[in-house]
Amino acid sequence: MYLYDQYDQAMVDARVAEFRDQCQRRIDGKLSEDQFKPLRLMNGLYLQLHAYMLRVAIPYGTLNGRQMRALGDIADTFDRKYGHFTTRQNIQYNWIKLEEAPDILEALAKVEMHAIQTSGNCIRNISSDHFAGAAADEVADPRPYAELLRQWSSFHPEFSYLPRKFKFAVIASETDRAAMRLHDIGINIVRGDAGELGAAFYVGGGMGRTPMIAPLIRDFVPLDQLITYTEACLRVYNRYGRRDNKYKARIKILVHELGAQEYTRQVEEEFAHLLTQGIEPPRAELERIKSYFVDPAFDANAPDVIDRTDPDFAVWVDRNTHPHKQHNYVSAVISLKPVGGIPGDATADQMRLMAELGEAYSFDELRVIHTQNIVLPHVRKADLFTLWQKLVEAGLGTPNLDQIGDIIACPGLDYCSLANARSIPVAQKISERFAASGKGEALGELKLKISGCINACGHHHAGHIGILGVDKKGVENYQLLLGGSEAEDTSLGKITGPGFSEDGIVDAVETAADVYLRERQNGERFLDTYRRIGMEPFKEALYG
Amino acid sequence: MKILTGNDLKSGAVTWWTGVDWSLHVEEAVDVGDQAGSIAAREESARRVNAPYAIDAERDERGVRPAHIKDRIRALGPTVRPDLTLKPADPKAGSWVI
Ligand code: SF4
Repeated sequence: MYLYDQYDQAMVDARVAEFRDQCQRRIDGKLSEDQFKPLRLMNGLYLQLHAYMLRVAIPYGTLNGRQMRALGDIADTFDRKYGHFTTRQNIQYNWIKLEEAPDILEALAKVEMHAIQTSGNCIRNISSDHFAGAAADEVADPRPYAELLRQWSSFHPEFSYLPRKFKFAVIASETDRAAMRLHDIGINIVRGDAGELGAAFYVGGGMGRTPMIAPLIRDFVPLDQLITYTEACLRVYNRYGRRDNKYKARIKILVHELGAQEYTRQVEEEFAHLLTQGIEPPRAELERIKSYFVDPAFDANAPDVIDRTDPDFAVWVDRNTHPHKQHNYVSAVISLKPVGGIPGDATADQMRLMAELGEAYSFDELRVIHTQNIVLPHVRKADLFTLWQKLVEAGLGTPNLDQIGDIIACPGLDYCSLANARSIPVAQKISERFAASGKGEALGELKLKISGCINACGHHHAGHIGILGVDKKGVENYQLLLGGSEAEDTSLGKITGPGFSEDGIVDAVETAADVYLRERQNGERFLDTYRRIGMEPFKEALYG
Repeated sequence: MKILTGNDLKSGAVTWWTGVDWSLHVEEAVDVGDQAGSIAAREESARRVNAPYAIDAERDERGVRPAHIKDRIRALGPTVRPDLTLKPADPKAGSWVI
């Protein structure tokens, strides 16, 4: 994985020193909250429901053992012994003290991490495929391009004050595991007709108040023009994106209002101009970055079999491993969704254990998935059983990947000051209900996603079943959505009808699941059945 | 009644105006009537509180109860982590929020 050079380290160290001074000036009263707030937000420090919350960037979700261990140690030393992995492949700490925030940033800087650009109207942490560099179906490793974009966008003076926040996803396979078309810019690394690599650009996607699926605006940008084209996309947005209305300020609104064709025309015009300016980083820089992402030394002679004698282990292998490009390896997913647990939360001890397991079994690599789980990308099949035993012992062996218990849930009203309703208790009740009835097993792949407000951090629009918490005259209420997907068949869920109470929504999810079980035809997932039969049978069962 | 709440500047902890000071416990909050603005301005400029604001609440047999669920969750702590609330030993604490 990428390692900081002296420039990266110097930038991050300087930022720590600067923020230490800013915090001290706030505590001493030399800065008012109005003056300080934008400064702390630039360093990922929010004031949330119970305390300050710190969001730490995990570039394209990639961590080494030392970094994961440091995250665990920070949870122990500065927080209440846990952290929350988010749908942006980041981690958040919920109980931070202002006076200790600079010490945390210093601890992060020691392991080449920071919280810069995790808030504010700038380019946020770049997300990517969590199986990057391991997946059998990728045309290239997308991480060098994500890293190039990270470096280009870090402190980019022109794009530090955009009309609104800006999110990228970079993938390199037909299968979309990163919700690519629901980002402001989604980049898919593809092969051209002559076998050369290039980038397909999807611009103007997003969830939130006005969900949109990004249209394809260019199907092939040569990779030695990647940054130039990206910059052209951003420039048109920065010039014409609305700054007068926060709710209309995202690029998706601009692309929608101009029309994809006109937006593209303007981008192409800007691109032609920028090509004359020579802004593309030298090819050598991309090659330098790529050298950090060469394959680890896979053991070609490792056994290619998995001993499936233990039935529980066999279930876990079937659910929680993913094919690897190296035949005798797999990528193993650690579920942070135990039955009745808090989705995405991990204790300090669990983080340290995952660090250790990443070092021992996955060439010192871990990934955070936007579904709030952790991946060990390169595990020898021969090591899987031992790994699984260690995970089970630590409460990390739940075999539920992409099943109804593998729920995405944002922090909701238990932690988030923007929330309308709690998300986590709903997730807990649904996970417990389906585990107790045993129906989870029968349902197969069913992606359920819950947001505590319209900002959609829990990706509810993109859930096969989505739940949105709303405030109904001061009482929590939940809307049910069906038919969303954030995969390569991206679609936006539709609201079924009137909302439900906290217990009512759990019943409603079960009702929808029962309709699927009744109606499904050979091999159909919930989503396939919904797409075939439409909303009516579900409505009938829910409200009829 | 109107009560005043905010966060402690250094720790970020949720606090409530008691008439003389800031407390972690909402049951100690007092009615500020129409004085919220002036108390908030004075206390914030002295850095005894951060981002204060007034909310509606009522007094019942269990003490002071903020009108909105958000402030009740602020007053107690996350409903999903009773161990981290102000009343970890009270199994009924969560029902006060809902
Ligand atoms: S979706 Fe809303 S409630 Fe959930 S974390 Fe985002 S802003 Fe908070």
